[in-house]
Amino acid sequence: MYFEYKVVGGDFTIAGVASSQVKKTLKQLGIDSSIIKRVVVALYEAEVNVVAHAYEGVIYVDIKGDGIKLKVEDKGPGIPDVSLAMTKGFSTASSSVREMGFGAGMGLPNISDNADSFRIETVVDKGTTLHIEIKFH
Amino acid sequence: MKLKEIKEKLDLKVFSGESELDKEVIGGYTSDLLSDVMGHANEGQLWITLQTHKNVMGVASLKDLAGIILVKGFTPDADTVALSKSEGIPILGTEMEAFELSGKLYNLLN
Repeated sequence: MYFEYKVVGGDFTIAGVASSQVKKTLKQLGIDSSIIKRVVVALYEAEVNVVAHAYEGVIYVDIKGDGIKLKVEDKGPGIPDVSLAMTKGFSTASSSVREMGFGAGMGLPNISDNADSFRIETVVDKGTTLHIEIKFH
Repeated sequence: MKLKEIKEKLDLKVFSGESELDKEVIGGYTSDLLSDVMGHANEGQLWITLQTHKNVMGVASLKDLAGIILVKGFTPDADTVALSKSEGIPILGTEMEAFELSGKLYNLLN
């Protein structure tokens, strides 16, 4: 199964829509709830990152028998220092984003904690692509 | 313990989801950071926060939380209430601060 979702930078009203639809799909497929929980956390954080930091992005969801692959590709500022961005508590989010309770510097670590495989490709001033894989078994 | 019983014992106000108060509550999580809740709260817990915007309900729904309690007299935004109804996750409220409410809820559940 293959899905694509567009994400618009700055539009927090749609943050979580893709995660919610993927969650419903995985439930219908009878995937183990502990696996669904991990997918939801990783995808939600990736979605919010695009909304909070990028201009726009696309989420590509590929569900196969053995697992799910998520590719989250954005046009945005990129990440100058990936290891710093992966540090718990580090964030470059704006003050208005932080007031909403986002931008706590937990997004990328949450993705990493819940993924079986997680890779970041990023080019400063161009954008970032996250590759996330979670196995079903 | 059922949410209805917690509501009565702690004298909580119900903003939305009145018909969903039969939910079983197995614990609580107190935080105003959405990623913290996303990463660490568990299904069936009550979320204690002062955040009132719609994304709070998004997180609560994705995490299958039992409900949300807004502290310090905060009230939910209109679109948060609308989403609460469609997702079937109640929003309650209190004048208490997060520390006091968390302590009382902890004692009730343990």
